Amino acid sequence: MASTQSIQNPGGLGSFPSIKTALAVITGVMMLVDLYLIFMVAPTDSVLGHVQRVFYFHVPVAIMSFLAFFVVFLGSLMYLIKRTPKWDAIAHASAEVGVVFVTLALITGIIWARPVWNTWWTWEPRLTTTLILWLIYVAYLMVRSYAPNQSKGAVYAAVMGIVGFVDVPIVYYSVVWWRSIHPSPVVGPFAQADALDGTMALVLLYSFITFLFFFAYMVMERIELRNTEEALGRMRFTLRRSGR
Amino acid sequence: MKGLLRPVLVIVWKDILLELRSRDLVVSVLVFGLLVVVVFNFALNNAPGRAEQLAPGILWSAFAFSAILAMNRAFVRDQEQGGLEGLLISPVSRDAIFLGKALTSLIFMLLIEAALLPVYAVMLDFSALTFTLVLTIFLGTLGFAVVGTLFSAMAVQTRSREIMLPVLFFPVVLPVIIAAVEASTRAVGGETFVGLGRWLPLIGVFDALFLVICPWVFAYVMEE
Repeated sequence: MASTQSIQNPGGLGSFPSIKTALAVITGVMMLVDLYLIFMVAPTDSVLGHVQRVFYFHVPVAIMSFLAFFVVFLGSLMYLIKRTPKWDAIAHASAEVGVVFVTLALITGIIWARPVWNTWWTWEPRLTTTLILWLIYVAYLMVRSYAPNQSKGAVYAAVMGIVGFVDVPIVYYSVVWWRSIHPSPVVGPFAQADALDGTMALVLLYSFITFLFFFAYMVMERIELRNTEEALGRMRFTLRRSGR
Repeated sequence: MKGLLRPVLVIVWKDILLELRSRDLVVSVLVFGLLVVVVFNFALNNAPGRAEQLAPGILWSAFAFSAILAMNRAFVRDQEQGGLEGLLISPVSRDAIFLGKALTSLIFMLLIEAALLPVYAVMLDFSALTFTLVLTIFLGTLGFAVVGTLFSAMAVQTRSREIMLPVLFFPVVLPVIIAAVEASTRAVGGETFVGLGRWLPLIGVFDALFLVICPWVFAYVMEE
């Protein structure tokens, strides 16, 4: 059994079914508890009402996407230096999960903004930076799949993973300064962050941990999927060469 | 340093010679740059009196789109004629190839912008020949050329390369576009160097950072 696995994943991360299953169970249970906490335990916001509850989803998802892109940066850097496929697999998986998370953060943000700010979208620095992040990492995934072959795709993606991440602070400062010069008509949207009550803060913290587990699980699942894809590719190649 | 300068200049001269003989890049991008202004003039409803307010935005939209067109061509000629393999085989460091290509693009774009700027100044009614505006254009174009050369080398080898370059290029150079428009607005409004505030240093930081990072990662893009 061990020998077939090493054939399936040469140079890959190997298989970790037991850790993955454990993570899946933990994440599932924590998610259910999280839902209970969000809707039953956390108090209703006195100003914003029930719509405020989207924050227990929105904030962890947004922070996890930043974490994901940091992992992409590290994985890309290590891949260019070491050239082992495992680092590319980590960066690739993390980028895909990160794009899903940042998309969810944008969508939940838009849903929240409509009743609270009375507009779907505003060019506020955090929103703008998040949108640009989304564009950078969509480009990361695109250049990988449009490359002439897989190893070139890995290198191009790593280049975008490094250049894009280094660019993020510059993007952030440029949009903050840009906004501070054209003041936004929407005021004080983050002022209520200080007014977070004790129970709310605890539920938010719990949501963070839940989504951290969720992120780790998704990345592992994606790496395994990639390993399977590669194993399948090799089988096809061998079959074709043997002429069957 | 001396060993680096000669190959850079040889690469620049090679591309300039190719351009002098074919003349397909600079002329077509110039015509395109004029078309952009005409389109934006109607799209933004450029009524009398609003020109000074709209001019910097139109200026940088035109420059950014022209840059995309010019950068898209940067490696195409080498790719089509097999010159890229020749460059890679020749005993020249990857840094020299990157700097040569980036310098060529910078020269071409500055030439195009120098030709377009007086026309824009007349059509959009602003004073173009101020030190601050020229400096802003130089720094912004330098940022375009550095990042654009790296992405152009990647995009030229991908499928549907014409689309890939803007998809990679625009999100990354967005800070340059924001800062350049802000700095140009002040420059056109008659501000001095100090009055431009932190926008020029921001472009400067961007340029310096990517002048270090891009040649380094370019070596990986160009391997084989």
